Amino acid sequence: MNPFSGWRLIRLGTILVYLFMFAPVAVVILLSFNSSQFGSFPMEGVSLRWFVALWENDAIVRAFRTSLLLGGLTALISTTFGVLGALAMVRYDFPGKNLIATALIAPILVPEVVLAVALLLFLGAIGVPKSFPLLLAGHVIFTLPFVVLVVQARLVGVRRDYEEAALSLGANPLQTFFQITLPLILPAVLAGGLFAFTISFDDITGTLFWKPGGVETVPTQIFAMLRNSISPEINALGTVMVIVTVALPLSGVALARRLGRRQRGA
Amino acid sequence: MQARENLWRPWGLLSPALTAILLLLVVPVCFIVVYSFWLRTATGADIAGFHLDNWSEVLGDAFYRDILGFTLWIAAATTVICALVGYVPAYFIARTRFRHKALLFLLLMLPFWISYIIRTMSWINILGASGVVNVGLESLGLIDAPLQLLYNQWTVIVGLVHFLLPFMILNIFVSLDGIDDNLVEAARSLGSSEWQAFREVTLPLSLPGLAAGSLLCFVLAAGTYITPLVLGGPTDAMFANLVFEAIITQLNWPLGSALSLVLLILLGMLVAVYNHFVGMGQIARSFG
Repeated sequence: MNPFSGWRLIRLGTILVYLFMFAPVAVVILLSFNSSQFGSFPMEGVSLRWFVALWENDAIVRAFRTSLLLGGLTALISTTFGVLGALAMVRYDFPGKNLIATALIAPILVPEVVLAVALLLFLGAIGVPKSFPLLLAGHVIFTLPFVVLVVQARLVGVRRDYEEAALSLGANPLQTFFQITLPLILPAVLAGGLFAFTISFDDITGTLFWKPGGVETVPTQIFAMLRNSISPEINALGTVMVIVTVALPLSGVALARRLGRRQRGA
Repeated sequence: MQARENLWRPWGLLSPALTAILLLLVVPVCFIVVYSFWLRTATGADIAGFHLDNWSEVLGDAFYRDILGFTLWIAAATTVICALVGYVPAYFIARTRFRHKALLFLLLMLPFWISYIIRTMSWINILGASGVVNVGLESLGLIDAPLQLLYNQWTVIVGLVHFLLPFMILNIFVSLDGIDDNLVEAARSLGSSEWQAFREVTLPLSLPGLAAGSLLCFVLAAGTYITPLVLGGPTDAMFANLVFEAIITQLNWPLGSALSLVLLILLGMLVAVYNHFVGMGQIARSFG
């Protein structure tokens, strides 16, 4: 067998797989700029009318606000809990560590539907109805393992020497954390926070169980709109979502890189 | 004094996360175990106690068994296709000397950031009555009326493969990337062909990543209810759709509890088998 032709096949296969992954999303973005009334092919012209329609649609603007608030709060809580937990896992040895490691990723080992049902029924039984706090609790619990894993992976590369130096020079643990450890692990914290935000912003599986009637997040709003038929408005909403969930993390990564470089340079 | 403080500090750091997991996951799952033995009357009241009715309905009724079988088939087909299709780009990215290797890798991560519901519904633009395929075929004069391509089990599988492929590629890539190039070189210099070296060195060494990717694909596919709702037909309901129906539509919470526990136990056994043979560390490696 000619090794070059084998490699060429692999390259061709790779291109096809990338096409499969990106072409449908590219079509969504393309169609969202379509000026034709039905928003399907053939494209008649380029227009921003569907984005204007989004902006004027109160339900969609409300859904956006809910999603941003939910994602932001989820990221805040989940990152705080996750960074503290990851610090414990990376910096200390203690009995039962393996069990704790499994417990920390348990929320992704349990299928999300099961998690959704258990949380809904348990919190319902102790008097928490379908509400924003329930949504927040749910989003925190299933983003937590991702934050822990991401932050843990980054923390391994942060050296302890500086902290020990600060402690031995008389700083107390709290001072050491805020002045030494936190700046050093900031890229990891940002990465964890962005990850939590994006997962929360995208979630629909749990959200459909937990959301109270009348409250929609962007994904559940899209899902509700799909019930009628696919409209150009949905494509425009999809394009906005892709921009929020792709551009935001990419700029975050760039920022983290710059922060990291400055630290190494200093 | 210092030593004692250090003994407690990790637990102090862990306490918020562990409290959240205990209160929002462990206790709720225990709660639905108990709840699954209760009964829901026609008036909507719960009868506490130890009744096996829900369980005998869920385990005995052929309706539930058929849908469970269908769910396992969809998950298995999705996993096998992801493994076959995903190995190729993973191998390419791990082995290529292409200058923009980092860009290829970044592109691979991109779908993780693109919303699941958007990626699922994007197939309506491709396969729908006025989608790319039908419009294309019509303008070529190959068909007169749009073909009904959507809303069957195959489009459910396509949607799931599209959603889960990045998980598979990433996990295979992580284990391929860890293979020492010298091993393949050694096999080659000892006279094995390219294909033999792949089959006897590279493939076995990449099995942990393949297993990790397969576990993720299977578990995530088997627990989905959105994809069949968006891309499936009326007869393509999966097991999680039954859970959603029971909990949200019928408000039969004890039955919904039993149904979700069936899913938890089945997929939990799979995770346990995987953990025994491969270990959870393999999945954690792809976050590095």
